[in-house]
Amino acid sequence: MNRTSLTAALVAVPTAALALSGCVAKADLAASGGPLTVTSDATTCQVSTAKATSGTLAFTVTNKGPQITEFYLLADDALRIVGEVENIAPGASRTLTVVAQPGNYFTLCKPGMIGQGVGKAAFTVTGDTVAITGEDAEQKQQAVTLYAAFVKDQTAQLLPAVRSFTEDYAAGRDDAARAAFPKVRAYYERIEPIAEALGDLDPRIDYREVDAKAEGLDWTGFHRIEKDLWVPAKDAKNSDDSPAWKDWEPSTPQQRVTHASALVADVQQLYDYVHGNDFATSLNEQGVAGLSNGAISLLDEVATTKITGEEDWWSGTDLYDFAANVEGSKMAFSLVRDFTLSKGDAGKKLVAEIDKGYAALEKSLADHGSAERGFTTFADLTDADKRALIDDINALAEPLSKLTTTILG
Amino acid sequence: MPDEPVLPDSADAAGGASREEPLAPPASEAPSPAEDAATSTPPATGSGSGSTSDAPRRGLSRRGMLGLFGAGAAVGAGAGVAGTLGVQRGGGEASDATVYPFFGQHQSGITTPVQDHLHFAAFDMSERADRDDLISLLQDWSYAASRMVAGLEVTVKGAVGGSPAAPPDDTGEALGLAASGLTITFGVGPTLFEVDGTDRFGLAAKRPAGLVRLPAFLGEDLQREHSDGDLCIQACADDPQVAVHAIRNLTRIAFGRARLRWSQLGFGRTSKTTADQKTPRNLFGYKDGTANILANDEAALTRHVWVGTDDQPWLAGGSYLVARKIAMITESWDRLRLAEQDRIVGRNKGEGAPLSSPSGVENDAPNFAALAASGKPMIDRASHVRLAHPDQNNGIQLLRRGYNYVDGNDALGKLDAGLFFLSYQRRPDDFIAVQRSLSTDAMNEYLKHLGSGLWAIPPGASEGSYVGAGLFA
Repeated sequence: MNRTSLTAALVAVPTAALALSGCVAKADLAASGGPLTVTSDATTCQVSTAKATSGTLAFTVTNKGPQITEFYLLADDALRIVGEVENIAPGASRTLTVVAQPGNYFTLCKPGMIGQGVGKAAFTVTGDTVAITGEDAEQKQQAVTLYAAFVKDQTAQLLPAVRSFTEDYAAGRDDAARAAFPKVRAYYERIEPIAEALGDLDPRIDYREVDAKAEGLDWTGFHRIEKDLWVPAKDAKNSDDSPAWKDWEPSTPQQRVTHASALVADVQQLYDYVHGNDFATSLNEQGVAGLSNGAISLLDEVATTKITGEEDWWSGTDLYDFAANVEGSKMAFSLVRDFTLSKGDAGKKLVAEIDKGYAALEKSLADHGSAERGFTTFADLTDADKRALIDDINALAEPLSKLTTTILG
Repeated sequence: MPDEPVLPDSADAAGGASREEPLAPPASEAPSPAEDAATSTPPATGSGSGSTSDAPRRGLSRRGMLGLFGAGAAVGAGAGVAGTLGVQRGGGEASDATVYPFFGQHQSGITTPVQDHLHFAAFDMSERADRDDLISLLQDWSYAASRMVAGLEVTVKGAVGGSPAAPPDDTGEALGLAASGLTITFGVGPTLFEVDGTDRFGLAAKRPAGLVRLPAFLGEDLQREHSDGDLCIQACADDPQVAVHAIRNLTRIAFGRARLRWSQLGFGRTSKTTADQKTPRNLFGYKDGTANILANDEAALTRHVWVGTDDQPWLAGGSYLVARKIAMITESWDRLRLAEQDRIVGRNKGEGAPLSSPSGVENDAPNFAALAASGKPMIDRASHVRLAHPDQNNGIQLLRRGYNYVDGNDALGKLDAGLFFLSYQRRPDDFIAVQRSLSTDAMNEYLKHLGSGLWAIPPGASEGSYVGAGLFA
């Protein structure tokens, strides 16, 4: 997998000087009047013209010097970088593409990568301010709307599933409850960042015993039920190495009813929230960044808690949660995927890397089962299995972490 | 104005810092350090051989942290935060500002004066990685390395110059730190060429005959987590944080293409490669590396270190690196009486003089024939210095570059410490011969070899190319 950022930053980050003109009508491409060429050598930095018309400018930089060079388009203070392209080997060419608003700029090369650069020259962009089209805004809104629908749908499936699961649990039908446990959780795990953003709801629904203890909370939710369903051996240890039976014993039938109805009430609250105006407002405020950040944070969940096996300590069903986190992440990404593709070569390359990353991770996960057929119990994973999974997560998370800036850029 | 060579915000404080604070007194006191770098000539290496390696440069232009953040703050008030031009990592004192070139005939980090700290890392290629991934990884690594050894961040945008919506390209812990003599040396292991008959990267035909896993030696308890690897990186610097920053960022660049297999921190170099470096001590308390090959001994380097024309053509001008993690049983050693420690080493502890030289000068040549009054050799036949000496090994010499390590302690409260041995040699067989000779070393009772690896070290890259390019030519 290639990292675009290192080989060359081909597309510039718009800056204040550019009035954040991330989105440009295609007609503007022609406005600049053809490609601009830059020749860099040890002492000079020759740009084919010192003037251009506003719009998308492409500087093709050829290095005729003996050292690696860089090319910069600087703002009128000669300090801020409007766009840059680096790592241009001797004899090689690279292209810097920027969307330039009218104004005064400077061009500069930096052979040898260090020092102040050579051949600083004024560069003027004239013409009209580049308009931002409405097309992008619509696409963004559509993605946000679709994601809201996905979250609503997941909670809509979660609620009856939790009702059914907790009824089995309360009635002592433990086999049925154990079978349902990882599948019910999947609806929650796919949208976990939403609940986590709500403050006290995720602690009530999804805290592990050690978390509740650490924060002095009453321990409720999925994991409290889990411990009743997978009763630990007398000498078993909690994930913090404390004795499993210290300050704990299996719930009485009455306590089970209490835990069951508490979980249903909390999930109902989550359902009500995502179906209400506050959620819609919050999601709209975050815009597409909310989706890309959600895709990233779900993978972080996997990397920090699922791969360690500390989430489902007694049931060992961590891989179900793992898979659901990945599904939720991929869903959020898929809704901004087309939009990312519209972001030029950088967008296309990023999408290719992320697609490859999800495919590889899904393939590794499939080696250990599926939600339908059942996943390997976490304790049966070897260190090598875990290592392979974490490698895949790292491979995916690096390009995914660039998604937000690419779609906003 | 193409002939105006200097930016108004050039070097020193004139850039960012001045935006927030009153200007410092006019910067008339000195020419900008950048001009020094541009006009001064690197000191000669001494031998006049024309070798391009390892002539340090000093005093590069570095915009200080104030400049960095000052500019960021000023721009940050607007909608977008742009990078600032020419941000280099840090200030630092002149002695930290040593820069060794990345590009050259040989890779740096071999004959380079041994720095104080090490972070060594071994990598395996990802299962799904292909030949193109390997090439792009080596290219990206070389580029990032060429920047970091110059005291720059891994990319122009670096740690704080990119979009606030993106994770920074550079992890940032070296901001404000000078180049610190950083060298980054890349190697390729046997498994990169072929594993169980599978030629993953189309390189099997390029594998040097000697590049195979080292044979078993006496006293080994080798552990996978300290051994082998498809690729290796040796990062040495006078500031440990600079070395760690290098490995951390190179690891991040590799995600998806290669994965970190194991890594080792080292401190307190245990060798010297120039005559004016003092011979350092290992954790047994003895001077180590007295008779090492020195950087200006071109004849010895050619004979013992650099691969010649009798090996794979792509490796000419390269070398072979052996890394051995050797635990020292320090508790037992520390309870030995001094005379016994001296006997085992073959040198005295105070001066490092060979025991055949009672007057006590470190650089005296050991005389293995000298007899004590008792009729026994003054230097014990099983002493370390004798068995490792070229006289006992057909003249073989290794260029040693090891470091001490302490990885905390074990569950029994014993210091988890020892020597991270690194040696460069022209042929793997040279190391094998010396290590076999050491099989009767009296010191073995206090050593345990926990890790082992062998890598071919490609020659240096020319500007704009990358280390290992010859493999794909």
